[in-house]
Amino acid sequence: MAKPKTVLVYRHAVVTRLTHWINVLALTLLLMSGLNIFGAHPALYWGQKAVFAHPWLSIYSVMKGDDMSGITQIGPWHFNTTGLLGYSGAPGSRVPVAFPAWATVPSDRDLADSRHWHFLFAWLFVLNGLTYWLVGLAWGHIRKDLLPTAKDLRPANLWHEVVTHAQLKFPKGEEARRYNVLQKGAYLAVALVLLPTMVLTGLCMSPGFDAGFRWLVDLFGGRQSARSIHFIVAWTLVAFVLLHLFMVVASGTWNNIRSMITGRYAIVPDEAPTSPGGVA
Amino acid sequence: MTGSISRRNWLRAGLASAGGLALAACDRITNSPTGNKAISSAEGLTRRAQRLLIDRKALAREFQLSDISADFKPNGSIDPQDPDYLTLKAKGFADYRLVVDGLVERPLSLSLADLKALPSRTQITRHDCVEGWSSIAKWQGAKLAPILDQAGLKPNARYIVFHCFDTLDGPMDGAGRYYESVDLLDAHHPQTILAYAMNDRPLPVAHGAPLRLRVERQLGYKQAKYIQRIEAVADYTHLHHGGGGFWEDRGYEWYAGI
Repeated sequence: MAKPKTVLVYRHAVVTRLTHWINVLALTLLLMSGLNIFGAHPALYWGQKAVFAHPWLSIYSVMKGDDMSGITQIGPWHFNTTGLLGYSGAPGSRVPVAFPAWATVPSDRDLADSRHWHFLFAWLFVLNGLTYWLVGLAWGHIRKDLLPTAKDLRPANLWHEVVTHAQLKFPKGEEARRYNVLQKGAYLAVALVLLPTMVLTGLCMSPGFDAGFRWLVDLFGGRQSARSIHFIVAWTLVAFVLLHLFMVVASGTWNNIRSMITGRYAIVPDEAPTSPGGVA
Repeated sequence: MTGSISRRNWLRAGLASAGGLALAACDRITNSPTGNKAISSAEGLTRRAQRLLIDRKALAREFQLSDISADFKPNGSIDPQDPDYLTLKAKGFADYRLVVDGLVERPLSLSLADLKALPSRTQITRHDCVEGWSSIAKWQGAKLAPILDQAGLKPNARYIVFHCFDTLDGPMDGAGRYYESVDLLDAHHPQTILAYAMNDRPLPVAHGAPLRLRVERQLGYKQAKYIQRIEAVADYTHLHHGGGGFWEDRGYEWYAGI
């Protein structure tokens, strides 16, 4: 039996690929410098102001006898996170810092320098995002590739996609030429909701911005709420990236990486093609 | 089997060392003068963007009495030990004089009673620390703009510098004294006041007695406490390390609107 021929289809436009990789760089540095900034006051509150005695989340170190421990508090729960959070590093060289040195930029706690990194890459991230949206709307990437069709949204199709994804069975042939509805939903949620929320909640922490856009600060429930949401959405994005990377590996690491570099994605055309060779 | 495990270990080690190298590169950039200048380059862009997008006279939000923090955290110096400050404090700041000089037509020397007789403003505002927390308090003070008008700024004055009593760093030889500066736009903003009262009581020592700056659209480190002297200058680069403020000299942004 002859091995089915694979064909390379043009999957990702150059702007999609370029903005994707700039986002990888910008979001990595934003996360790592953000974790360093968080270390300056590792506690989160709701509302406009801090109530120092009652953060909903805090990461700190505490002396118990001669031993120091790292504690992560979420609501009424306290977890011992020594080595990772609150008191991190290898035994013998631990430091009382919220996030470990390997996760932050710069590696040592430094609010001034981490802010420089954060705001520089925030600008890159915002300009990159605007490029993606403007080009995506003008060239139809958003409409044609990301907006779910009526067919996509049929309950039967949604159920089918959920089941096949859970089984790690991915679309083949013609179906693999386009994003499936779960991909569309995930990418739209990230590009339309999560990433813009990061920018807006970030801006709401700026006292200068707040003077001009008080309604936006109110929308997020106050400056401290904006800071909490900024933190939560950041970790939601980390969760998305982990799932995204898992899916990349599960559905063909090199094929996916190549398609995001050269744009070409290999698919195996459906059996008994009606027009042989007509797909390439 | 062993092959795939060792390959996986190699991959993992490779990724970890690539990450380590990237992190070390970031630290080298941070610690080199040129690299640090490069990563700090967004400050000017941020300042211009905020000044462009936000009405220059836009007011910071003002709150209700019920919003006032019960636990407003004093930061930086909270009990200055500088001899000239202790002398004034011992007499309840009765001998205090605020000096206004530099590029002005008529240098001033104002007592606390003089300051309290000047046009004042009371505002309940949110203090946003660069560390990330916020506290709300009610401030009452003399508006800065009429004081500058009274002194008469010379045409070449571009910044207002606030020299403070407190030494926040090192020996008390003057080098580690707190200072701050704002441009004329923020100096003339209606909410920019020299506060002598906090929550309807005389300004406590921990919060900057007898006089502190409130420049409400910027972060906490701009709100200079223990103000001794106000100087109008054309340029602040000759002062201390040239950054225009104590924390600015230690790497923080001069424009603290974000």
